[in-house]
Amino acid sequence: MEQKPPILSWQSGALFLVPAFLFIAVFLLFPFVWIFYLSFTNQTLLGANAANPQFVGFENYARLFDFDSWLNRGQFGSALFITAQFVIGSALIGQVALGLALAIVFFRRKGILRELVYVLVIFAWIIPDVVVAFSWVAFLNRDEGTFNAILSRLGFGRPDWQLEHALLSVILFNTWRGTAFSMLLFSSALATIPPSYLETAEVAGASAFQKLRDILLPLLQGHILTDLILITLWTFNTFSIFLLTAGGPAYRTEVVSIYTYRIAFQFFDFGQGAAIAVVVMLINLALALIYLILLRRQSVYT
Amino acid sequence: MSGIQLDRLSKHFGSVAAVDEVTLQIQDGEFFALLGPSGCGKTTTLRMIAGLEKATAGTIKIGDRDVTTLAPRERDIAMVFQDYALYPHMNLLDNIGYPLKVRGIPRAELQQRVTEAAQSLGIDHLLNRRPAQLSGGQQQRAAVARAIVHHAQVFLFDEPLSNLDAKLRVEARGFLKHLQRQVGVTTVYVTHDQAEAMALADHIAIMEQGKVVQMGPPLEVYHRPRTTFVASFLGSPPMNLLRGQLDLAARQVRVNNAAISLEQFRGWDRLVEHAQQNVNVVMGIRPEHLTIAQHEIPQSLTGEVYAIQPLGAESLVIVQIKGEPVSVRLFTDDTPQFSGRVWLAPDLQRVFFYHPDGELIA
Amino acid sequence: MKRIKHLLGEAAYYIFILVVMAFFGLPLLWLVLTPFNARATLAVEIPQPFTLDNFQQVLNNTFAVRALVQNNMIIAVGAMLGVTLIATLSAYALSRARVPGSSQLTYILILFSSVVTGTAAMVPIFLIIFNLGLIDTYLGVIVVFIGGLLPAAIFIMRDFVEGIPRSYEESALVAGAAPSRVFLDVALPLIRPGMMVIAIWSFVQAWGSFLIPFILLRSPERMPASIAVYSFYTEAGTPNITLVAAYSLLYAIPVVILYLFVNWRYGFRFFGGIKR
Ligand SMILES: Nc1ncnc2c1ncn2[C@@H]1O[C@H](COP(=O)(O)OP(=O)(O)OP(=O)(O)O)[C@@H](O)[C@H]1O
Ligand SMILES: [Mg+2]
Repeated sequence: MEQKPPILSWQSGALFLVPAFLFIAVFLLFPFVWIFYLSFTNQTLLGANAANPQFVGFENYARLFDFDSWLNRGQFGSALFITAQFVIGSALIGQVALGLALAIVFFRRKGILRELVYVLVIFAWIIPDVVVAFSWVAFLNRDEGTFNAILSRLGFGRPDWQLEHALLSVILFNTWRGTAFSMLLFSSALATIPPSYLETAEVAGASAFQKLRDILLPLLQGHILTDLILITLWTFNTFSIFLLTAGGPAYRTEVVSIYTYRIAFQFFDFGQGAAIAVVVMLINLALALIYLILLRRQSVYT
Repeated sequence: MSGIQLDRLSKHFGSVAAVDEVTLQIQDGEFFALLGPSGCGKTTTLRMIAGLEKATAGTIKIGDRDVTTLAPRERDIAMVFQDYALYPHMNLLDNIGYPLKVRGIPRAELQQRVTEAAQSLGIDHLLNRRPAQLSGGQQQRAAVARAIVHHAQVFLFDEPLSNLDAKLRVEARGFLKHLQRQVGVTTVYVTHDQAEAMALADHIAIMEQGKVVQMGPPLEVYHRPRTTFVASFLGSPPMNLLRGQLDLAARQVRVNNAAISLEQFRGWDRLVEHAQQNVNVVMGIRPEHLTIAQHEIPQSLTGEVYAIQPLGAESLVIVQIKGEPVSVRLFTDDTPQFSGRVWLAPDLQRVFFYHPDGELIA
Repeated sequence: MKRIKHLLGEAAYYIFILVVMAFFGLPLLWLVLTPFNARATLAVEIPQPFTLDNFQQVLNNTFAVRALVQNNMIIAVGAMLGVTLIATLSAYALSRARVPGSSQLTYILILFSSVVTGTAAMVPIFLIIFNLGLIDTYLGVIVVFIGGLLPAAIFIMRDFVEGIPRSYEESALVAGAAPSRVFLDVALPLIRPGMMVIAIWSFVQAWGSFLIPFILLRSPERMPASIAVYSFYTEAGTPNITLVAAYSLLYAIPVVILYLFVNWRYGFRFFGGIKR
């Protein structure tokens, strides 16, 4: 059992923690509890129910899980389904796979090409949401956009991305936006692998593919899991595609975060919004617990 | 200036007793070394003296003051850490002057005293450099300068030389001892290097698993180790320890089929007392107290030469007796020419006998 | 045979890089080129004719300038100061003091910060700010940013403080310094690089954020640039592409500069989850 002697007395330490604790209590703990309460009321922003919300029991949940219209466009089930596709497409296939591919392709390679690709991928990640959304509106434009200019040159025609392939375009957008995290995570993990591991395999005559399959991927396993969970969690909660499509056309890109926004801040139905938030939080909680368990298991091994 | 007294000092980490009822008297002005293997509790003891670790039980006195519960800054001590802990954001002047600065000493006097301290360590030309721009040896001297600058009552050193290479370490030993003699401040010095402790200290205390097992002047401890643990810790190579049985009737000890007569042995009576319960003993003999011969000599053990290591002023011959290595030290300028079967005769005046569980019998 | 295989491999490598560079580069390239084009379209084009008029026009628009220079600055700097200060204090306490309950606090932090996220917290946070009477104030936006960014900031800072050997502070304690001096003279200067990273990170987060000001602010004169850009390109009729692009570029530049600064100053350090 490791016991480091304190340098700061516990009283001063507690004092140092007060501001952080206040913020965390108000913006993390309190919302968590309050949202459960709100989800059982008919709280609204304006009108009679704003000041004196009434207890409505499970009504909000019943409306969410009304299985007759559940999967209709603009309903909760449909939003969940769209979110699932969005997460699988842009988080798992997009960011994690592309990030891994980039890290492996550039593993042990130096030079201007690598630097250039890294800078582009990182800039796509750090530039403010609205700016990149704006440039993607331009990029995907049917008649003038660069994407279609290239596609039509290659003989693929000029689809109207925002209308015909709305979900695919937000998946592309989110992949573009977030690949940097996975790429950086994997390349810093790869950088810690001692060269001797690969050299031993080389001496033994392994091909590039065998080295990848037998050495790199097994060593990256833990990082891949961490990355998968974190990216899934963040993608599940992202709001940025609102800036590209606002959930449209006809709710076809309305992921859960945009659905919550619409219910709460366009219809001002906070009780209903809270019920959605509770479901979202439970999903987040499951993901976070998986992550913590994996993290703990990993630290047992290392 | 003042001595230090530890009275049944203990420190527990959970269920581990890192320091276990240590009682020590450290005289005013002496150089005192705490010696022991890794994990025996040396650092923890030193940190309790410094006030960085709270004692679980027992008391610490510096001079006449009971400092057991005082904060480090109220104890008037100076400490040199193993990693030196020179502040990377301050130059050497500010680093060495920091203890003066916190005491509110005016800048001019501070500069003067820092320069003096730095001069005595030969680093006064480096005062406007940052620690990162110094060599390891220079950093080590800077850390010592910071310790002497404010004339503390007690100096504490935690393995201050362990980050230096072998040559610098021997050099630094010299100046540390010289410096301590000059300023005459009570010094507690933690090390696991027995040669360092022997070379530097007026008194050493050997620790094992949180307890002090022997304390005294270095040569006394070296020449009369009270346990096999101490015997095997001091000296390089350490004392040879061989299992044997006493034969009271023949007044002999039998070691590996060789019988050595103990007619002349000074402590026979105590051996007799011991043998009433147990005829098994451990015989201890330092490598320099064995005579080696290529032919059979009286009162000797026999074995095969295993390796010969010429070291310059002396040489070591390793002999295997029934699979156990025994070292012999020879003070010759030439490489000793021994091979095959050899005979080793112990100097019976310098032999010790220990109880099989480690305690000295005679 | 082996040669052919090798050549194929190289070809695949360059094609992959080409596709990736096009995918990531073209939307960015458009952003960089368009503002300098007098007659820009939605396609990537070399500015023809080259002009700086677009920036001139943006700077003449008081709403746009105020959003960027005043509103964004106030919000981002406020969030930055709050996050850096509070995260530093609490990370130091978590690492260097033994406060009862602090390990539980850390655990709660890990769990809740990933559970109570933007989407889930939207409704209660709006209501909290509403009930505090802070709707449509800078302060409301700033405190929400602080609350949201704090958990990650505390983690990063705590790791950073843990990486600093305690012997620095211990040697100052032994040298005779009071705990408050140890903190100011020794600990703070050593933590400063970490604080810089947190400051820049939180600034960038608050600078680019859209959702929180979008929900919490009402009046145009307090809108930050993110909302200004959004309202420019979603407003009725055809937006003036060149102006919005010029404004977007100005808005994005501080973020890019700060990134380059961090990269140059601190080298590349990977802080897990530094951006969400
Ligand atoms: N903070 C701590 N928490 C738990 N156990 C500790 C702590 N510090 C020391 N110990 C334990 O106390 C014992 C003594 O440690 P100490 O650091 O005093 O040894 P040492 O003699 O200085 O060894 P070394 O030569 O390796 O520095 C060890 O068993 C160690 O594991
Ligand atoms: Mg130690």
